[in-house]
Amino acid sequence: MKDDKRRGLLEKVLKDHGYQESALLEILHGAQEIYGFLDKELLTEIAGVLNLPPSQVYGVATFYSFFKLRKPGEHVVTACLGTACYVKGVEPIIAAIEEEFHLKRGGSTEDGKLSILQTRCIGACAMAPIISIDDVIIGKATKEVVIKHIKQVLGETKAEAV
Amino acid sequence: MGSPVKEMLYESGGFFKKQHRIVLRNAGKIDPNRIQDYIAMGGYTALVKCLSSMTPPGIITEILSSGLRGRGGAGFPTGQKWRLVAQANNSPKYIVANLDEGDPGVYANRSIAEADPHAIIEGMLIAAYATGAEKGYIYIRKEYPLAIQTLQKAIDQAKAMSLLGDNILETPLKFDLTLRFGAGAFVAGEETAILASVEGRRAMPRPRPPYPANSGLWQKPTLIQNIETLTNIPLIIQNSAAWFSKTGTPKCTGTKCFSLTGKVKNPGLIEVPMGITLREVVFDIGGGIPDGKKFKAALIGGPSGGCLPEHLLEVPIDYDSLTKVGAIMGSGGIVVLDQDSCMVDTARYFTEFCVDESCGRCTPCRAGLPRMLEIFQKITHGQGEFSDLAVLEKSCHFIREASLCGLGQTAPNPVLTTLRYFKSEYLHHIENKECEAGVCFKTRDEDEPK
Ligand SMILES: Cc1cc2nc3c(=O)[nH]c(=O)nc-3n(C[C@H](O)[C@H](O)[C@H](O)COP(=O)(O)O)c2cc1C
Ligand code: SF4
Repeated sequence: MKDDKRRGLLEKVLKDHGYQESALLEILHGAQEIYGFLDKELLTEIAGVLNLPPSQVYGVATFYSFFKLRKPGEHVVTACLGTACYVKGVEPIIAAIEEEFHLKRGGSTEDGKLSILQTRCIGACAMAPIISIDDVIIGKATKEVVIKHIKQVLGETKAEAV
Repeated sequence: MGSPVKEMLYESGGFFKKQHRIVLRNAGKIDPNRIQDYIAMGGYTALVKCLSSMTPPGIITEILSSGLRGRGGAGFPTGQKWRLVAQANNSPKYIVANLDEGDPGVYANRSIAEADPHAIIEGMLIAAYATGAEKGYIYIRKEYPLAIQTLQKAIDQAKAMSLLGDNILETPLKFDLTLRFGAGAFVAGEETAILASVEGRRAMPRPRPPYPANSGLWQKPTLIQNIETLTNIPLIIQNSAAWFSKTGTPKCTGTKCFSLTGKVKNPGLIEVPMGITLREVVFDIGGGIPDGKKFKAALIGGPSGGCLPEHLLEVPIDYDSLTKVGAIMGSGGIVVLDQDSCMVDTARYFTEFCVDESCGRCTPCRAGLPRMLEIFQKITHGQGEFSDLAVLEKSCHFIREASLCGLGQTAPNPVLTTLRYFKSEYLHHIENKECEAGVCFKTRDEDEPK
């Protein structure tokens, strides 16, 4: 399946964990780091190698919200759902992003360039509200700053594509 | 931003004056990536003391008489737990260090792992020697990449210095330590659910008994302990139980770390003696409410905690006093709310959190919480009726009594405390279809069938 290089990396993850059922979460984390998300094909394949029923592997992957089962957008905005962020007003920022870029939380824009995900508390509460854009974390975020930053990031991809 | 700098200075009182740093003894003072730094601060001498001059029962007696209680929320006496695991006659035995830290708005455990990882390892080693455990796991959430990296490095260094593995410090003690990664499930912090997760399964709680001390990981005796609890251990051994119990209150010894967040001037990680009042935390350490606004409530204990109003600011922070007023100690979060927060919306927020995080195993929690959330949607959208409040309250009591695990049993706390202390806000929403804080009745369409 899939291309060989990533396949090799996955094989190494499986081997490092001794093909153990008890390391299933670690293996899924590893697979998600390699492929970006876990689709059915990949989960079935992992189940096969570990000699587990696919339903069990699928059941574990769907139980934990950290595992992404769908392909995320090219750029990912993540909003922290923690209490401190809520109290400091992360909701209106998410709503503003949804409106500005025409997408819904948990989903992506039609062109697949941007998605908004929500994460559990990332534990940087003193900087609330927190929004991250790809791997850049914006603390004490405001609508204006966040939207400007997203536009910049989206602009860059266009420039690259030309 | 303001200018918190002056207030943060030790001499000028404020942020540090009322704090008491035991657990955070090394935070910011040592390089967490260097085991040498930890050793230079007296690290691992408690382990050496245990191995050279104390017996396992002697250590357990010392921990018992220190009065240390679990910092993960329930406050169970740590020494008693150790004794149960030590007495269980089945092997191998395991230790699971709980670093799931699922409460939104809490990051004390993360800070300990990032600042002083060897204190956690030393605490686990002492527990291993006292209970006879041979294998340990630190269960840490994947949302904490720096803490993971720091802990992994610390484990590798400890191995290289023969502090982990076989024949630790040339004694018969052996202990292996591995990291296990959580994946975003709040319920995974519950003690039977964490076991399922470490075994690679869905984090579903199961009924107790059997208790993990007798039948935990792979049905073997297992000690489950919070990170902050473990970090206290080396100091108790080094300085004695009597020294430890001088801090705090007679029934609740030592200190507690909190992440103090929300509407306070100086948010941050604090460590305070047990028994300090909420007022001292919010006003003396936190510096009070910024922008000239008024204090409304302190949320203590996360989504399973309570919302305490101004007239309860004198409540001492200890397990028993907090339970009495309907809150819980929880794993260490205090979120301060000012006049801009709506208490009905706050209770709705926590209910929604628990609906999302319910594992669905038992009916009261799986079906009861969404029903409560519906009522909140009604009230915050101007369709509430007075009879809704009685239904809410009844549901709360039912869910609390009938749920299988701590998530369901404590999920009603924020609702019950807001009903108890902020009832007028509920009434105002229902009667006047108005939210004084200006949070509810927003027109943004509710279009999220998740
Ligand atoms: C829903 C739920 C979530 C929990 N989350 C945590 C957690 O994130 N960290 C923690 O240490 N304990 C958590 N606990 C408490 C644990 O079940 C357990 O009591 C604790 O880890 C025991 O360690 P201690 O005795 O040192 O406190 C949670 C409990 C429940 C019911
Ligand atoms: S109370 Fe809720 S989280 Fe706990 S077992 Fe029941 S359904 Fe699962």
